[in-house]
Amino acid sequence: MTEPSATVMQGRSLWADARDRLRRNRAAMTSLIVLGIITLACLLGPALTGHPYDRVYPDYVKVAASVTAHPTPDKIVPAIERVASRLRAKAEDIRVEGDIARLKLVAPRAIDERSLAFFERSDLFHAAKVLAREDEGKVMRIEVPIQRLHFWFGTDGNGRDLFTRTLIAGRVSLAIGLLATFVAILIGVTYGAVAGYVGGRTDTLMMRAVDVLYSLPFIFFVIMLVVFFGRNFVLMFLAVGAVEWLDMARIVRGQTLSLKRREFVQAADALGVGPGGILARHIIPNTLGPVVVYTTLLVPKVILLESFLSFLGLGVQEPMTSWGVLISDGARNIQGASYLLIFPAIFLTTTLFCLNFIGDGLRDALDPRDR
Amino acid sequence: MLSFVFRRFLTAIPTLFVVVTLSFFLMRVAPGGPFDLEQPLEAKIMENLQKAYGLDRPLWEQYLRYLGNLVRGDLGPSFYIRDFSVAEILMQGLPVSITLGSLAILIALLFGTVFGTIAGLKQNTPTDYAVVGFATAGVTIPNFVVAPLFQIIFGLTLAWLPVGGWNDGAIRNVILPVIVLALPQIAVVARMTRASMIEALRSDHIRTLRSLGLGTRVIVLHALRGAILPVVSYLGPTAAALLTGSVVVETIFGLPGIGRYFVEGALNRDYTLVMGTVVVVAIFVLFFNMIVDILYALLDPRVRYD
Repeated sequence: MTEPSATVMQGRSLWADARDRLRRNRAAMTSLIVLGIITLACLLGPALTGHPYDRVYPDYVKVAASVTAHPTPDKIVPAIERVASRLRAKAEDIRVEGDIARLKLVAPRAIDERSLAFFERSDLFHAAKVLAREDEGKVMRIEVPIQRLHFWFGTDGNGRDLFTRTLIAGRVSLAIGLLATFVAILIGVTYGAVAGYVGGRTDTLMMRAVDVLYSLPFIFFVIMLVVFFGRNFVLMFLAVGAVEWLDMARIVRGQTLSLKRREFVQAADALGVGPGGILARHIIPNTLGPVVVYTTLLVPKVILLESFLSFLGLGVQEPMTSWGVLISDGARNIQGASYLLIFPAIFLTTTLFCLNFIGDGLRDALDPRDR
Repeated sequence: MLSFVFRRFLTAIPTLFVVVTLSFFLMRVAPGGPFDLEQPLEAKIMENLQKAYGLDRPLWEQYLRYLGNLVRGDLGPSFYIRDFSVAEILMQGLPVSITLGSLAILIALLFGTVFGTIAGLKQNTPTDYAVVGFATAGVTIPNFVVAPLFQIIFGLTLAWLPVGGWNDGAIRNVILPVIVLALPQIAVVARMTRASMIEALRSDHIRTLRSLGLGTRVIVLHALRGAILPVVSYLGPTAAALLTGSVVVETIFGLPGIGRYFVEGALNRDYTLVMGTVVVVAIFVLFFNMIVDILYALLDPRVRYD
């Protein structure tokens, strides 16, 4: 007699299967990685770019995107001359060596050392240092360190760094996307599960209400909500979330209807578990598959809706920003400064693409029949 | 059939009632009013204005009065665009929105079904991938990105078409907005047609037709009849939304459609104009939903409404 094999057949759960299928989906995995990078960049990036998102550089308004540092060599001398004329002096003998400019200030009267602060006030230079004084202070040799700044994506019409703003905007857009989706899921799942489980006249009535809501012109309602009740962040995602829960309610109700006839639900019922307990413990966890899929597809929809509202000027307000705000700003500046449109647009569309691919991948993974 | 249409019509009325009530009270509960200017008006003038527009009455009376006027087809005067009634404003805006919307729908239907059918027939070939790729892009890239990009490319760089403006509906001015409106719809229609085409081609009745030796064209026509159903149900609400104006496209291209009037009206607390637009849009939505239900009954013999 042989010993029974020691290895136990490991059962494969639905989720393990789904995870494997998702791993094999190259588009979805790539999207997951790209989305991860974008999210990380939005979370950490603004602290690393060296520019606060609302810092205005009056000397760098609408600077085009470039990888080289500012100021460009041809801008340094005119800038020095400009500052010099502010402190009523003439700049002579300007020599730029690396990150330091040396020059001679010549004025009809003695130069007050305090007026050198004009250099520091400019966005191009750090504080100037006096090397030597000649001719009773009418001539001054100074050394001005040049402030090297990078504007990878250029600057906007107010002279703010677009790179930092795009990342900050990403934070806002992603946050609204997630929060509003959460609101929508919460309402939708509860509503759908209750309607499906209670059934009968309550179900008819509740779903009838959903039908009525479906035929409302929603965009118009959202606009009205946002316009009439002030434009704040919380209201915004409440409004968006309150609009997008309808599909969720329908999906969950359908699932619940089939679930509530299953044996394990009847068993729980027979053991005396109340309807609330059955819903929370047995029904809702089992609707999770479609809910997860729909959630990933809902996030891009919500981000889009937020961007749309912001585009119309009804969303996030200055100096805070979101991708929709930046794109609308860019759309107004397409002549001459099209990079203002292109960079935020790339971020937004990449994110939307990724979320859609992930959603499609999840659907294929969790529901292999549809492939 | 007729009784179905009639009953369907009757159920639309409570929905419309909900729309009107909801938007009426939503607007009135909000702070601010149509005559709040940066410099506050003199109390007496304000009082007279309120009285002239009936805003001094209790809210429920205003509501009932509005309902009464609405039933008689009177949408009231605009609060912000003085000397115009809401009906007049909508009459100016609707033709613009309807022209753009119906052209976009036609294009979307035509190209969407053609692309979708081709992709479905040639599943998993480069043609198929191209259509799916285009469809994904069309759904994902928002129209407020596409529209300015088109303005840069076709309006500024190539200078083929004007960047915006209505110009009494000259064809040159209409092309860009219509394409921008149609692109996402083409994408969605193509995706749906492709999916249901693939399903239809696998079905038993198509296999029977194949075994009978019928040509591809006949088979496609038979498959298409089943495959078009989801598209029809999708087109209902979409048609309504497109016809009543895409707010974004009208804003970007500077077109005087009702979507723009709505946003401006809302920003200026023009109660009657906002209400009027919502009512008109709701009527469109309900109307198209009804048409879709009827079309469904005609196209799908399994659906019977008794």
